[in-house]
Amino acid sequence: MRTVDLSKTSLRELNHDLHRQSSGANEMHWEVINPMGLHAVAVGVDAPIQVDIRGSVGYYCAGMNKHATITVHGSAGPGVAENMMSGKVHITGDASQYAGATGRGGLLVIEGNASSRCGVSMKGIDIVVKGNIGHMSAFMAQSGHLVVLGDAGDALGDSIYEAKLFVRGSVKSLGTDCVEKEMRPEHHKELSELLAHAGVEDVKTTSFKRYGSARKLYTFNVDNADAY
Amino acid sequence: MSYQNPPTTPRKSATFDDYTLSEIRRAAQTGIYDIRGGGAKRKVPHFDDLLFLGASISRYPLEGYREKCSTAVTLGTRYAKKPIELKIPITIAGMSFGALSAHAKEALGRGATMAGTSTTTGDGGMTPEERGQSQTLVYQYLPSRYGMNPDDLRKADAIEIVVGQGAKPGGGGMLLGQKISDRVADMRNLPKGIDQRSACRHPDWTGPDDLEIKIQELREITDWQKPIYVKIGGTRPYYDVALAVKSGADVVVLDGMQGGTAATQEVFIENVGLPILACIRPAVQALQDLNMHRKVQLIVSGGIRNGADVAKALALGADAVSIGIAALVALGDNDPKHEAEYQALGTTAGAYDDWHEGKDPAGITTQDPELMSRLDPVKAGRRLANYLKVMTLEVQTIARACGHNHVHNFEPEDLCALTLEVAAMARVPLAGTSWIPGHGTGGF
Repeated sequence: MRTVDLSKTSLRELNHDLHRQSSGANEMHWEVINPMGLHAVAVGVDAPIQVDIRGSVGYYCAGMNKHATITVHGSAGPGVAENMMSGKVHITGDASQYAGATGRGGLLVIEGNASSRCGVSMKGIDIVVKGNIGHMSAFMAQSGHLVVLGDAGDALGDSIYEAKLFVRGSVKSLGTDCVEKEMRPEHHKELSELLAHAGVEDVKTTSFKRYGSARKLYTFNVDNADAY
Repeated sequence: MSYQNPPTTPRKSATFDDYTLSEIRRAAQTGIYDIRGGGAKRKVPHFDDLLFLGASISRYPLEGYREKCSTAVTLGTRYAKKPIELKIPITIAGMSFGALSAHAKEALGRGATMAGTSTTTGDGGMTPEERGQSQTLVYQYLPSRYGMNPDDLRKADAIEIVVGQGAKPGGGGMLLGQKISDRVADMRNLPKGIDQRSACRHPDWTGPDDLEIKIQELREITDWQKPIYVKIGGTRPYYDVALAVKSGADVVVLDGMQGGTAATQEVFIENVGLPILACIRPAVQALQDLNMHRKVQLIVSGGIRNGADVAKALALGADAVSIGIAALVALGDNDPKHEAEYQALGTTAGAYDDWHEGKDPAGITTQDPELMSRLDPVKAGRRLANYLKVMTLEVQTIARACGHNHVHNFEPEDLCALTLEVAAMARVPLAGTSWIPGHGTGGF
């Protein structure tokens, strides 16, 4: 395991060294200490390596991640795992706004709460939040899954496309064109697999409700103008 | 015998002109606003009302075809390890695959490469055709993030964070369902055939402090190799340029209201934003006030048509210009040879702007296989290269006449204005006077 102390090594050097693992990884396990809330820690990683960040990070940690398993042992600032392509990002604390924004693949697990706009414009990523999520989460969400074990704030899934939302707690309000949908057997199976992948045990899929697009705004119609 | 008034000539209202009346009827019939492509069509103060003061006794000219007049431009010298080197100060603006056909994108890449300049992706990601044919490719980072991925980010030669564009500053986009082919849908992670909204704001940052952090992230992902541009629509150019510089931009792209869009509301295009002429001097002023003029490069766009426009933009302080509509015309857009088909679509060559409908007879703004096949990317690329070369020769012609051996040696003192409005906006004297409206006596 290689340990990088961000109080002694520059962020640029850390990210550069992580990027070098793309061409034949020779160091499979990395530990980052003293992240000091820095922004853009472990961004653009493109190798099946493990990165453990000991402490809280600022904006965009693990942005555009591919293949790597990145764990933040602390909380994450805005835009954690933004535009993630694959791999896994795990936050042991809370996450700020825009967690998993525009993510295209991989799994983001947040042990605590996520703030507003969690999963905004998501494009294939799977997000599992064990706590609550804030308002306008899954805004314009295109595809992928957002699983929330706690409650969801206002305007969940506003202008949603084909992403699937599963919420166990309450939903303060649904956004435009987002509706509750039937939990059919395939959805229980899907959700069960997501929970297992995220390490969630002892939670029944029957305790969740499913939300998704009513698909009424997919083609512009002036009679729907009041919805905007 | 009764008296009869002599007849008067029927008089139409200047306020309710034919176009206005037709728009009222159209709105009443359809219940939806008019959506179209292109930029502002209304007449706005533009480069036409600027003239160059050629050399005479007080300045001497350079010999055409003999004395060198350089046109090379370097972009992204502030932070990027690998700045962009262009042979000419004219770049190709961002236009999406989706709005344009793959052949059209390929043709833009071919033409730009032949002329030694860059082309730019758009709101649909990077296609292999485009990357393959573009020696220098700028990758747009847009609010929708359609197709965004780190591999293409690293394949790009520069990254352009799009905050806004001149045709619709503050607005998002809409690609209507009829243009969403399987390939377009796949690149955007959306179902085929549905309208695709492009967001008006970025999903994971708001404001200049966040933008600074976003730029840092993109630099970290690309190991500080690529220049990072910030593109803004012309509205408050002084403050927006200053904030882009503060946020860490290497290059600022400033787009006026004549700049085109693939599709948005007519009311938006014609009534929001500023003409590019009104934007350049405040933008340059912001750079100068921050001691960043020529350190952060300024690219301006919106209504650039010929070498004179380029020269005038450079004289007002820009480092380069960008063209979109003019490039499409060079490829074959709105060509009168398709007049019968334009007529069938209820329009005429030169006025066709329903690019969002995907029925372009020229095969450029379409995803229809039959229409697309009409555009030969090799021949169209050649036409674009020819056009870019002509523009460059025109710039050089004017530069030499003004005594400049590099196009960046143009200065506002090379210009005068024919109208009060243009004199005030360009901050150059009214022709034949030393008066710069709003700026005291000015003077040479």
